[in-house]
Amino acid sequence: MEPFIHLRGVTKVYRRGKAEHLAISDATFDVMPGELVSLVGPSGCGKSTLLKVLAGLHPHDGGEVRIGSAQHSFDPSRDVGMVFQAPLLLKWRRILENVLLPAEILGLPMGEARERAQGLLALVGLAGYEDKYPYELSGGMQQRAAIARALVHDPKLVLMDEPFGALDALTREKMNLELLRIWKEAGKTIVFVTHGISEAVFLGTRVVVLTAGPARMADNFAIDLPHPRTLDMKTHEKFGEYTRRIYKLLGME
Amino acid sequence: MTENLQRIALAVLAHLALILAWYLFVKLGNVPRFVMPSPGDTLDALLQPNYRWWTNALVTGTEIFAGYFLALVVGIGLALIFTWSKALESFFMPLLVSLNMIPKVALGPLIIVWFKYGIFPNSMMAFAICVFPILLTTARGLREIEPELLDLVRSLKGSRWQLFSKVQLPGALPYIFSGMKVAAILAVAGAIVGEFLGSDKGLGYLMLQVQVTLDTPAMFMAVLLITLIGMLLYGIVLGLERWLVVKDARLD
Repeated sequence: MEPFIHLRGVTKVYRRGKAEHLAISDATFDVMPGELVSLVGPSGCGKSTLLKVLAGLHPHDGGEVRIGSAQHSFDPSRDVGMVFQAPLLLKWRRILENVLLPAEILGLPMGEARERAQGLLALVGLAGYEDKYPYELSGGMQQRAAIARALVHDPKLVLMDEPFGALDALTREKMNLELLRIWKEAGKTIVFVTHGISEAVFLGTRVVVLTAGPARMADNFAIDLPHPRTLDMKTHEKFGEYTRRIYKLLGME
Repeated sequence: MTENLQRIALAVLAHLALILAWYLFVKLGNVPRFVMPSPGDTLDALLQPNYRWWTNALVTGTEIFAGYFLALVVGIGLALIFTWSKALESFFMPLLVSLNMIPKVALGPLIIVWFKYGIFPNSMMAFAICVFPILLTTARGLREIEPELLDLVRSLKGSRWQLFSKVQLPGALPYIFSGMKVAAILAVAGAIVGEFLGSDKGLGYLMLQVQVTLDTPAMFMAVLLITLIGMLLYGIVLGLERWLVVKDARLD
């Protein structure tokens, strides 16, 4: 099968005046359709930049970026869903209307979108919250709504930038399990950016490790743990091997 | 709901208590009428037909509302133009910030030279004093957009108009209203100062007239009516805010 995302030697340079800052260098990896890939690394390693390149928000400066394949077409304007660290819900819109925002922007038929949004809210565990305002929901629930919003236009690729970074540890673990369930049911390709090493291993079918100063890609390997993942896998020897491998790459051992 | 009723009851009680304290102070202290009239004397001032309360209140009200409305149109309008044109904003904004430093009251004599006296120049005074807070807070509100929200809209290839109408403008509403509330109080002050400086009608004008005859109850009544007009304007703004801005998003 052809990969859905194909990156070869991707580099990105930020220029401010005469100063140049290398944000990504030589990122080379493939993502198969339906994979959940974790991008892990410290701040300044270029993982968020890479996500923006994938979202089509920033042009890259070198290398090759190809998204989509013969079997899996990709339309950059309607096949990207995004989730950020902050839920970024619009305060003045009810939850259902927040979820519908991408459908409105893309001009999709609203009747269908509404039904789909309701289904997605049920999928993320927010059935019955359609008419609430964001401030009536907890941080974790707001982030669930943000995930539903990222899925409402049925994108093929969902990009997540530390979506659970602002949540407390327990909620975060719970949201990890939820995300795996949603991923299985929605069948999307997900690129998940995190600086949590254990989170990266727990969620990913594959982990791409990036290091900072200078930014470069350090490794890219598959996580051979069975699905569905359960929390007790975190105590497995294999899980420990994977996290140790990442710690080593990041020079923390 | 009962908590709400309790709050309203306390608010009414506080006002009544002030009126009672005022009454007792005047009565027990034997304060002369021309220094401080009692609440009753103040109300009696309304019975003087030659003060033409209704006409004067209408004139002052017109000045306040006209000046305020013009400031809304101009202030919000300019702020909108600035969000659509960076060049215009960079050119005019520093200038407007400097102009904002002019004490607007000092413009009074000039306004009289330019427009003589009457309802129009006094409306201009109200306008001059309250346009800046509206303009500056609206411009600020339109600028305050989270960069990641911008990314979200851009990743969907949303248009500039969609970004503006779905994210930017509704997001700026709380700021616009916070400016409007400040401006509502300033507009009243502006119109009255205008009347003090030169006018032949209005509650401010009336105050200067009765000052000569030491009719303090009428002066009290005039202040009361000016306050009530201000409260009416403020109440309308507050009502609009409740209607248009979700509870959580309101500023102050």
